[in-house]
Amino acid sequence: MTITIKIPTALRAFAEGQREIRAEGATVGEAIANFASLYPDIETHIYGEGGEPRSFINIFLGEVNVKNLNGLETTLADGSVITLVPAIAGGAPCR
Amino acid sequence: MISLSRGAVQQIASEGERAYPNECCGALLGKDDADTGRVASEIFPVHNAFGSEEQYHRFAISPEDCFFIERDAERRGLDVIGFYHSHPDHPAIPSEYDREHAMYWYSYVIVAIERGRAGGLTSWRLASDRSAFAQERVLQLDVR
Repeated sequence: MTITIKIPTALRAFAEGQREIRAEGATVGEAIANFASLYPDIETHIYGEGGEPRSFINIFLGEVNVKNLNGLETTLADGSVITLVPAIAGGAPCR
Repeated sequence: MISLSRGAVQQIASEGERAYPNECCGALLGKDDADTGRVASEIFPVHNAFGSEEQYHRFAISPEDCFFIERDAERRGLDVIGFYHSHPDHPAIPSEYDREHAMYWYSYVIVAIERGRAGGLTSWRLASDRSAFAQERVLQLDVR
């Protein structure tokens, strides 16, 4: 089934500047993997060495974080929209 | 270089002073294209989602807030071009913790808050190999 993946600004440079792309996949993990295979430069920004999504990236299906669903095994419907969202944190040095 | 509207700079300073002695945080919304360069026309303040006992030197933006920011920017024809936070009683220089948690491409604006008053404001971008931040020039624009 065909779904849409929305790409955050920080990763668009690795996907030919596109805001969103169409991808195929029955689960969130399959769709993300298919997307990454189309743009190899983006792969290292999405996946860590263990093959799991990096902590810098959160994945939403519709308006729900897939961590609150079934993670990468969450099943998709035709026309589903996945949004890749950066994880943002930081702070001053310890005093 | 990043251009910030003077209103955005003033709002970041105000947010930092209001949050003191804790850190404030939010997103920079605007455009980054070949014609105009990187321009942050407005900011999107959000709740510091880090644990309250550590907010004096830590900030986090929840995944849900990040999602909402992205969606809001898209609906208004803007892009998320970076993020800002304050350093209470510390210079506007990124920490190692900042570097470890940063993403390539975004601008990271830091405002120093000294004893409750806003001081220096700087902006930084992470190298593509994540090894270090490089400071970028901040140009203040007289537009809202």
